[in-house]
Amino acid sequence: MLYREAGDFKTSYQDDAQTFPIAFDRYRYYFVLFVAFAVIPFMITEYWEKAVLVPFLVFAIAAMGLNILTGYCGQVSLGTGGFMAVGAYAAYKLMTGFPDLNIFFVVLLAGGVTAGVGLVFGLPSLRIKGFYLAVATLAAQFFLVWLVNKWPWLYNYSASGQITAPERSVLGVSVTGPDVAPWASYLFCLVFVVLLAWLMRNLTRGRIGRQWMAIRDMDIAAEIIGVNPMTAKLTAFALSSFYIGVAGALFFAVYLGAGESESFGILQSFIVLFAIIIGGLGSIFGSFIGAAFMILMPVLLKNVLAGYLGWPTSIATHMEFVIVGALIVVFLILEPHGLAALWRLAKEKLRLWPFPY
Amino acid sequence: MPVELLFALEVILNGLMTGVLYSLVALGFVLIFKASGVFNYAQGIMALFAALTLVGFQDGQIPFAHLINAIFGTDLHYFGWKLPAVLATIFALLVMLGFAILVERLILKHLVNQEPIILFMATIGLGYFMEGMGDLMWGSDIKAMDVGLPKGGSFWWEDVTRTWAAEGTEYWGMYVDVLDVWAAVVAVVLVVALSAFSQYTKAGRALRAVADDHQAALSVGISLRTIWVMTWAIAGLVALVAGIMWGSKSGVQFSLSLIALKALPVLLLGGFTSIPGAIVGGLIIGVGEKLFEFYIGPMIGGATENWFAFMLALVFLVFRPQGLFGDKIIERV
Repeated sequence: MLYREAGDFKTSYQDDAQTFPIAFDRYRYYFVLFVAFAVIPFMITEYWEKAVLVPFLVFAIAAMGLNILTGYCGQVSLGTGGFMAVGAYAAYKLMTGFPDLNIFFVVLLAGGVTAGVGLVFGLPSLRIKGFYLAVATLAAQFFLVWLVNKWPWLYNYSASGQITAPERSVLGVSVTGPDVAPWASYLFCLVFVVLLAWLMRNLTRGRIGRQWMAIRDMDIAAEIIGVNPMTAKLTAFALSSFYIGVAGALFFAVYLGAGESESFGILQSFIVLFAIIIGGLGSIFGSFIGAAFMILMPVLLKNVLAGYLGWPTSIATHMEFVIVGALIVVFLILEPHGLAALWRLAKEKLRLWPFPY
Repeated sequence: MPVELLFALEVILNGLMTGVLYSLVALGFVLIFKASGVFNYAQGIMALFAALTLVGFQDGQIPFAHLINAIFGTDLHYFGWKLPAVLATIFALLVMLGFAILVERLILKHLVNQEPIILFMATIGLGYFMEGMGDLMWGSDIKAMDVGLPKGGSFWWEDVTRTWAAEGTEYWGMYVDVLDVWAAVVAVVLVVALSAFSQYTKAGRALRAVADDHQAALSVGISLRTIWVMTWAIAGLVALVAGIMWGSKSGVQFSLSLIALKALPVLLLGGFTSIPGAIVGGLIIGVGEKLFEFYIGPMIGGATENWFAFMLALVFLVFRPQGLFGDKIIERV
């Protein structure tokens, strides 16, 4: 009986338009935020930070970014890994070029640089549609990864071609570099996740988000009712790349601490794409749950197969491929709209429970 | 002829040969896309899987040996016999046929009427699955493939081309791998056979009918499911051929499925629905990337083959969104 709208009277337009109209949802949301900000930082260990939480947060940002483009605007992209590389190398150049610049702004600027690159690769989307576009975005993937490998200026002419994050701190607490407290890097990523999720929620329910969805549902019809396809598609590409660039910068600077062009291969693109497919296209919650699924599942499988059953790691890895592949297919067959759709359904049911009529 | 021209000719010739191999993979894509509207990302991995299976049968490997060893603590690897290439090929074909039936039963049947993007994702999932499965079944080490195709440079061609060079210049003839020539021959035979099949047999006509219009085909009594099994089986055959060719050239290994990604720009260039497009697109991409790598590559650091094909296709599509031979895209509200 907790999950009810009845008796919860909205007295202003603002109340009426809020993201969580049901009080229970609202409290749950505050509770999750409270746990994320005030409980987990005290309990986090090195293993949880490195293996689970930070990669989850980073890929959640990337998944949100791809969801803007694919889920909301309907343009399939396979170039996520390439854009993450741009974010990472931009962050590296900014960190080494301007040592006094706060890392927070470095990450945002790296996102901005990626947005610019995304804009350029978004231009063909005005002419190309559907699968043709999906394959065309592979050009971004391969070209960008090649570029960061072959342009020595990007990695400051280091002999190995690797980039290493120097030590940077926020408010006196170091968040990148060799010795970072687990809670610091976790909180740093979390702030970005919360900010970007808030931004995305407000973008997607505003004018621009509605334009994206109109383009997604049918671009010709959208054009006829006065949506400018160029602005809609290009803003989607730019914003999506911004998110992915931020994710790439965090991936390199906070999560890995070092990077090379191989870290941003096509496998990353697929992980993010699977995350939004399994989580749910066109849903912020879906981005989170999909990212959690794609990050947690391999960790879990590795622990079970290699740790518990004692198989060699190579076989465990292959088994992981088999299981992930099979699960994706099973998910698509059972619930093509992703876990978020299941969640939505559960909420609908819960609203009426226990008297559905 | 001046030596530079001969070099350029050699690059073009080698590009054409590589292009043929791209076309072979692209052909499988086109077949499936035409018949079922599925953009089959797993085509490259199918080629890898087919090649692995072929080599596995030929060497008498025990499937899942590593897995069985890990679970039961045994030390199994080989049955201890070797199959002749022909027999192994037939077995591999049977496996691909079984694979086609399974794909239809387990995946396509349940995804009828879903959006194309969902089907596309399903094939990516399938690709993941097959990749892991191939490694689990046959091990992930690089295997040499030898089905009796001739390999190595052609001395005859080297001698012939050496006489073309002007007197007194240092030129030692063109290098052309005999295997590539065979690949070209096989590709031509395959295309001719496929065209003849779809033109003159009943099953082939049914296939084309489904490609034209699913519903109309259904209404005249063509079983969609049989056709799908057939298409995937044919795509499996094409994958096997592509796998044999690539495998004989550079060994059967994971990178095979990455090379197969190159078939995607070939499709963009040629159009998703055109078999001649797949061939011509493959040749253009093959020659284009070799020439680019030869002339421009050294200036910008080399290894341009990774992306050149995609960029070429991208730029090309901006001017002609449906590819060279693709059906004109007509959109209605």
